[in-house]
Amino acid sequence: MKEFLVLSPTAILGYGFPLSSFKEGLSRLPDAIAVDAGSTDPGPYYLGAGEPFTGRNAVKRDLNYLLEAAAANKIPLLIGSAGGSGGEPHLKRDVDLIMEIAGQKDLHFRMAVIHAEVEREKVRDSLYRNKIKPLGPVPPLQEKDLDEAVRIVGQMGVEPLAGALEAGAQVVIAGRAYDPSVFAAPACQSGYRPGPAIHMGKILECGAIASTPGSGSDCLLGRIGAGYFEVETLNPARVCTVTSVAAHTLYEKSDPVYLPLPGGCLDLKRTRYEQVAENRVRVTGSKFIPAQKYTVKLEGVKKAGFRTVTIAGCRDPVMISEIDQVMEIVKERTRDNFAGTGSDYSLSFKIYGKNGVMGDLEPVRDAVPHEIGIIIEVIGKNQETADTICGFARSTMLHCSYPGRTATAGNLAFPFSPAEFRGGEVFNYNIYHLMEVADPFELFPMEIINV
Amino acid sequence: MKKIKLTEMAEVIRSKNSGPYELTLDIIFKDRENFELARRSGVFTKKMFAALYGIEADGVIDVIEFAPANAIKATIVRPVVSGGAGDSDIYGAQQHAPLLNIEVPMG
Repeated sequence: MKEFLVLSPTAILGYGFPLSSFKEGLSRLPDAIAVDAGSTDPGPYYLGAGEPFTGRNAVKRDLNYLLEAAAANKIPLLIGSAGGSGGEPHLKRDVDLIMEIAGQKDLHFRMAVIHAEVEREKVRDSLYRNKIKPLGPVPPLQEKDLDEAVRIVGQMGVEPLAGALEAGAQVVIAGRAYDPSVFAAPACQSGYRPGPAIHMGKILECGAIASTPGSGSDCLLGRIGAGYFEVETLNPARVCTVTSVAAHTLYEKSDPVYLPLPGGCLDLKRTRYEQVAENRVRVTGSKFIPAQKYTVKLEGVKKAGFRTVTIAGCRDPVMISEIDQVMEIVKERTRDNFAGTGSDYSLSFKIYGKNGVMGDLEPVRDAVPHEIGIIIEVIGKNQETADTICGFARSTMLHCSYPGRTATAGNLAFPFSPAEFRGGEVFNYNIYHLMEVADPFELFPMEIINV
Repeated sequence: MKKIKLTEMAEVIRSKNSGPYELTLDIIFKDRENFELARRSGVFTKKMFAALYGIEADGVIDVIEFAPANAIKATIVRPVVSGGAGDSDIYGAQQHAPLLNIEVPMG
């Protein structure tokens, strides 16, 4: 069986890659280029607001090279989780960029656009039919969650992407997709086994992060054959080692041996990693076990108000020792001042130097820092409320008295004027569930565009 | 009993989200010898991780040994969902520091 080569240019579309690595990759004559464009890591805001977390010009820079290379080499280009969160506005941003580049460079190709936003009523119907369950430590889905959700996406598996290739698309751009899918789909569609193909995708999806020294902005090449796959670096400054590749199987996963995914799970119990060249690792024994019922992961967020923050510092040892009481004073004064005005807000503090990074998980309880950083955070029902309360809390904290105070001119050092920053609309995750579907294509309609 | 610091045994000690609701802690040892010493020590239990982070034992979802990477990993329930009210580490990438103080008895 001839080897099938998949080139992964970077960890996330827009994170960039050195042209020297990319050209080295193209010189190996890859059969496909694939790139992941998304993640839930940046938090709920991006899905809710419909904003990509990657910059337009950074994505355009990467897409320029990828589209040109796909056209010149007559190979498919697959992009998953477009625009970061893979909802409709995210997908549209990246589709528009592709059209723009194609126009500028006079490129012509058949493009498949696969949508991943899921209608609330479709989920509700599944909820009625008891086909939704929580994924991990998540509360069971309620109808209220669906009413409150501003956007829901489903995470597609390999099948819709392979289907797009089957339909003759040279460029495939998909909404939210299971990260390894775009790498596995061209190999699966060419007849390679899903176990090694999906595991290869799992290693390739973060670009050169699976090499050492790792990088989120460099290329990695995967090659799949009968019963094995190999990954190798394309930059002489890095190598893939057994440890770097095996370690990447752990990355961002709860269990490195059984990895659940749309329609089944990867069983890596008998997987072996072997160094076959200085920069190349061969992996064997990875198995795909299809699930009895096909499930798709849903991600959704709800609105949680509007945020305003103030950043300040403190270098006074008495104030630092009294900081817990100072926070209470400020909260109480604010509550009292706006009592009866119907102001709906939450006021909280982050004290850097005192559990600011780890909060309740922090085991160090008695440290005495010589200075602290303070973030005053207000989430209000609207931006005006958040601005008002944050400004009031700031002036109160600046001038309030506390036991043993000697510095009566002011309690805070502000690095900026204005002191307040608007964080805009706030979203919270409220859907992270598995939904049983009749077939892998059900939630993911495809359109074909001749560019 | 003589003890060896985890920082002398491991080359990777890290934390990261495993989805928005879980936090996963990875310890990748320098070699098979250190990994074997660690797994035989009996130090790496749900109870130890719970005590280290001041959470209930059932907040530790699993502790798993992964020999191909000479790794031990633990996954805990996030005290606050990523990006939720009061969260201080959206990516979960800076929750590993308590692991740096672990010591393993040289059996």
